[in-house]
Amino acid sequence: MQTVDPKDLAAFEADADAWFKENVVRDPGFMLPLTFMEVGTDQQFHFLRDWQNKVYDAGYLGAAWPKAYGGGGLPQDFQNAATRAMRRHHGPIMLNAIGLNWTGPLLLDMGSEAHKMAHLKGILSAEDIWCQGFSEPGNGSDLGNAQTRAVRDGDHYVINGSKIWTTLGRYAKYMILLARTDTDTPKKYDGLSFFLAPMKIPGVETNPIRKLTGEHGFTQTFFTDARIPATGLMGVEGGGWKVAMRTLEFERGARGGQAGGYVAVGSNAFDVLDLAKRMTRSGKPVLDDPAVADQMVDFLMEIQAMNLNGQRTQVPNLIADHPQGIPLASKLMGTEMSRRLNEFAIRLTGARGAYYVGEAAAVDQGIWARAYLNSFSATIGGGTSQIQANIVGEHVLGLPKS
Amino acid sequence: MQDLGRIGFSEDQAALLDVATDFCLQRSPVSTVRRLIEDELGHDPAVWTEMGELGWLGIAIPEDFGGSGLSLAEVVPVVEQMGRRLMIGPLISTTLAAQALVVGGTEAQKRNVLPRLAEGVAATVALAEPDFDWEPDTVSCQALETEGGQLVLRGQKVLVCDAGIAQWIVASVLYRNAPAMVLIPRSALPEGALRRETVIDETRRSFALNLDGVSVSKDDLLDLDLAATTLTHLHLAANLLGAADMIGGTQACIDYTVDYLKTRTQFGKLIGSYQALKHPTVDAYCRYEQARSHLYAAAHCFGEQGVGEIAVRMAKAAADGAYSFASDRAIQFHGGFGFTYDCDAQLYRRRAIWHAANYGDASFHKAKLAKLLF
Repeated sequence: MQTVDPKDLAAFEADADAWFKENVVRDPGFMLPLTFMEVGTDQQFHFLRDWQNKVYDAGYLGAAWPKAYGGGGLPQDFQNAATRAMRRHHGPIMLNAIGLNWTGPLLLDMGSEAHKMAHLKGILSAEDIWCQGFSEPGNGSDLGNAQTRAVRDGDHYVINGSKIWTTLGRYAKYMILLARTDTDTPKKYDGLSFFLAPMKIPGVETNPIRKLTGEHGFTQTFFTDARIPATGLMGVEGGGWKVAMRTLEFERGARGGQAGGYVAVGSNAFDVLDLAKRMTRSGKPVLDDPAVADQMVDFLMEIQAMNLNGQRTQVPNLIADHPQGIPLASKLMGTEMSRRLNEFAIRLTGARGAYYVGEAAAVDQGIWARAYLNSFSATIGGGTSQIQANIVGEHVLGLPKS
Repeated sequence: MQDLGRIGFSEDQAALLDVATDFCLQRSPVSTVRRLIEDELGHDPAVWTEMGELGWLGIAIPEDFGGSGLSLAEVVPVVEQMGRRLMIGPLISTTLAAQALVVGGTEAQKRNVLPRLAEGVAATVALAEPDFDWEPDTVSCQALETEGGQLVLRGQKVLVCDAGIAQWIVASVLYRNAPAMVLIPRSALPEGALRRETVIDETRRSFALNLDGVSVSKDDLLDLDLAATTLTHLHLAANLLGAADMIGGTQACIDYTVDYLKTRTQFGKLIGSYQALKHPTVDAYCRYEQARSHLYAAAHCFGEQGVGEIAVRMAKAAADGAYSFASDRAIQFHGGFGFTYDCDAQLYRRRAIWHAANYGDASFHKAKLAKLLF
């Protein structure tokens, strides 16, 4: 562990602060996505890719990743300071979420030297966009049952099958792919292997999927005799489940090592409080209604509890009974709160809750309605809330498997 | 974004949490809790003496007056672990009485009484009145001056916890039309001044206190200039410690339910494998973790102007929500057994209701928070 001189850190944060103040473009003239799952147009994509590249060049992304792989080689506190500055100035999201938050830390944790050298820098610079191939049309929550086939053929694996909900699928250069190399194992998990797979090759096709918001955000990916290099295998053949589970720990925030920045600008309870202060009902401020006020306080308490939960995980004595409890439950708590909060926000807008993005009379350009509809991407993606509840029940509380 | 408090954890808190976890587990198995419910006194004097010897009664009393000179933050882990084991004894009451004197007592009162409390002499506070209003400064009991420098008291107090064994009772009264605090020695209470109340939490010993005709010295008034501060302090301290007891109880209640879900079989399957039971239990667990984070933020920030009040009210509101939900579901998930007196779920449910009713429930504190935050 490198020691941090508080003066160096403060100077770094001040520089970062000045940089973001100078460089953040809040309104590029079109609506920016609130999360990496909402990138629906080329215009949005190119803007965000340039932005991430710029942040990386300035040294405010991957600051804590090793220098040898394109990182800044600084202690984690520095990246945290940069992320704080980014947030203070409401910088747009980091685009390459699956690379920065899942693939990158996974490679740092379990990848070979060759994989790290080949991929980490491109992840940070956004030159190489990554996507994830876990879910399949027939196997969403039941990930261990994945059926996409990978058959070894010389220096390659031949891939056949289909993956779905591929966020950034149209733009991705690489996919982290979970595929079945053996259909004959006693346990279905043991037949799975994990690949770093190229996307821009013959036999890989992406079809856009239209989301409940009407926008395009992800694709279904079809593999037809697609030949991927065997060097992309992570770990050993048949060892893919373990790698996939580790990936999910990074995805769900249960394990650290992410490159920094943020990939979603969730509206938080204080933003909704600001909204509530602007809204009226029956001629009075909506917050004069004690029932509304009570719910508003509930949300403020909940968001505060999540901040405090994060702080408490740093105090081993205060998490002794269930050391993994808060990390494993944080996705469930955070995404469900966000869904309920956005729904509450729509209700606060009263009759104008009927309007949607595109209607000039919509409150705040209709972002609350769109944020609510999009919030299901987080309560469903990465393991539904119901699967999360099973995980917490079984792995934290020790309840029998469902 | 407004500062709503943060987690901090002292070495003393860590040490006390460690010791209290073991001590309460050893001294308060549920068989003991149930035996003491039937006992008039309601707690084990030998265990109370041990708590005194451990220094728990003087944790938040200054060293000059026989205590350890720490703060309520260090009392929180002790009360939390007591609540976890449904442990009984006048620790919260005595700590609150000591807090009244630490914050608002005269030098002489501090010198005479605090060292005795630190040694383990029980005391309590009498704040609630028959209007059953949670606001700490709505007081109607009177302290009237008589000739010869004496005060004669008038009025009724209710929900006076542990008054049966308290050697001192710190009561809120109106003196010259303003709220004041008075330190009533046990010896000043006439026969029949205390009536034991029947309360929902059968582990508690709670009393109605008739102050009519009780006579004390004028020197028994706490510092008049500090009366308002003291009342607010007691209100928040009582809610902080109440929340601590509740969070400990919530944890135990969830553990108790989980044990049942892991051992009870129906339709050939352990019932914990059914998501209809599993998912609400996870919900209870998530609410518990959130409430516990609020608790330790409130403990850490208690003394901070503004932030302390926000954090304490959030902790009590969160604790009410978490404990009520966990104990309500605990009864339901035990099925027919849950409906019996023998099932421990009722012990937790009753204690949760007791705490919600004392010093303000979730909706009371959330209404206060709305004023503080909006």
